[in-house]
Amino acid sequence: MRVEIAGQDALIVYFAEQASAAVSAQIQRAVTRINSQMAGILVDLVPSYASLLVIYNIDQCDHFEARRQLGEALRDIDTTEAVGGELVTLPVYYSLESGPDLEIIAERGKISVDDVIEIHSGGEYRVYAIGFAPGFAYLGEVDERIAAPRLATPRQKVPRGAVAIADRQTAVYPAQSPGGWNLIGLCPTRMFDPEKQPSMPVQVGDRIRFEAIERDKFLSLGGEL
Amino acid sequence: MVKQPGLLTLIQDRGRFGAHNLGLTNGGPLDAQAFAWANRLLGNSANASALEISFGGLSLECGIDTAIVVTGAELPIKVNGETIAGWQTHPVKPGDFIELGYTTRGTRAYLAVAGGFAIPASFGSSATVVREKIGGLNGDKLQENDQLPCASQTLQQNYYLADDDRPQYAERAILRVVPGYQQSTFDPVERHRFFSSQYRVTDRSDRMGFRLEGKAIKSDINSMLSEGICHGAVQIPADGQPIVLMNDRQTIGGYPKIGSVIALDTAKLAQLNPGSTISFEPISAEYAHNLHWLAKSRFDRTQPLKC
Repeated sequence: MRVEIAGQDALIVYFAEQASAAVSAQIQRAVTRINSQMAGILVDLVPSYASLLVIYNIDQCDHFEARRQLGEALRDIDTTEAVGGELVTLPVYYSLESGPDLEIIAERGKISVDDVIEIHSGGEYRVYAIGFAPGFAYLGEVDERIAAPRLATPRQKVPRGAVAIADRQTAVYPAQSPGGWNLIGLCPTRMFDPEKQPSMPVQVGDRIRFEAIERDKFLSLGGEL
Repeated sequence: MVKQPGLLTLIQDRGRFGAHNLGLTNGGPLDAQAFAWANRLLGNSANASALEISFGGLSLECGIDTAIVVTGAELPIKVNGETIAGWQTHPVKPGDFIELGYTTRGTRAYLAVAGGFAIPASFGSSATVVREKIGGLNGDKLQENDQLPCASQTLQQNYYLADDDRPQYAERAILRVVPGYQQSTFDPVERHRFFSSQYRVTDRSDRMGFRLEGKAIKSDINSMLSEGICHGAVQIPADGQPIVLMNDRQTIGGYPKIGSVIALDTAKLAQLNPGSTISFEPISAEYAHNLHWLAKSRFDRTQPLKC
């Protein structure tokens, strides 16, 4: 683990060179501890795959003091102390109608479309990071058989709720936006709703499962085609 | 009421903090100093909502008795056709027509009203981030016929800021950088090139980031995991042309960074027109801290003058 300066009011902790479930759990523990122990000076935290950006209030301390408090919070972080990550199940309507890239992924992996759906909905994923857009959660890792590179030409419009794959990551688009990921289905759950508290059903460190649902169920849960 | 919205006029308070965990960026005024002075001159709270006007072109019709002030970039300011001074509070009344021309020096002007605009907070802030559709009025820039809610309030006394105390907007700037992030992975020759070259501000610069053009900086990193990006971070993409990440940046990204420009200097950068020249200077985190405190104490000590 190493701590570097990021900016005039920010430090970044690098936990490892590669992402893994163990590293993610460690970061999750660090987030919990920093939130409680550094509350007096903390402005924002950005957990990601193998790092944690800590932004502090420069009016209240300098980087020496921030480093000292961070060091305290990170002490013995390697222990296997349980982490709070929740298990969240998201319903997905997988079909050629809702997932225009299912066939391409099936062809790539030399498997059937049903296999793609079974493999994707059979995995458990961890929320590694949230960013790119409000509510966009990067989930990893998908089975190698359904991994697929980003589209050469991104789509102008990816619908809200689109369930997508890029390399070994998967995600649910929180809002309609341009996007280059491969689309395999639609999720009726809103991933980001500014009117709701909490505004996201998941947070970094949570574990996610996808549950295949039929068209009727998708529509009855508020999904739109 | 908005008669003409101008090129890009946004409601901003100081910014949205503590929501990076949802992927929400900061927003807030690109030139925090000019924004702070607008509220201070009117006796508003430091976080009151005001307008950030990029490149000018805004006109408003006043519906109440209040007072306004315009700070930041130089631009013609008229009330009912009469020119008024910037950095000075002015009473306005129902029916008054407030008209801002286009910027002649600097690029971002700030218009505040007494008491601030009454905009409901979204995730703790009124700051508009158009990309996220969050803050302001419906998460968007001002449109023709928008109503800007504010309470009637008259000032007992008008104030102005002395010429010497106003920032000077130029066509070049030295941006002070706290080296950090992947800086140690840059070859010393590349680091030296970065800190000794001049860069030009391109027209592909916006509230997310300012793209610069000049000597390319080579990074030895081919791929890296996405990580949190702080305000002012200087990203070096594959083409070697630096990008200074500003208030509306994405909160995570996977390009190597050589350090971060201090906030006092991102404010200077934000006021530069495309084609302006900048260079970078490395400073320690301790010195950056001192500069922040010096600027803060200077702001607190400087008193607005009575008209």
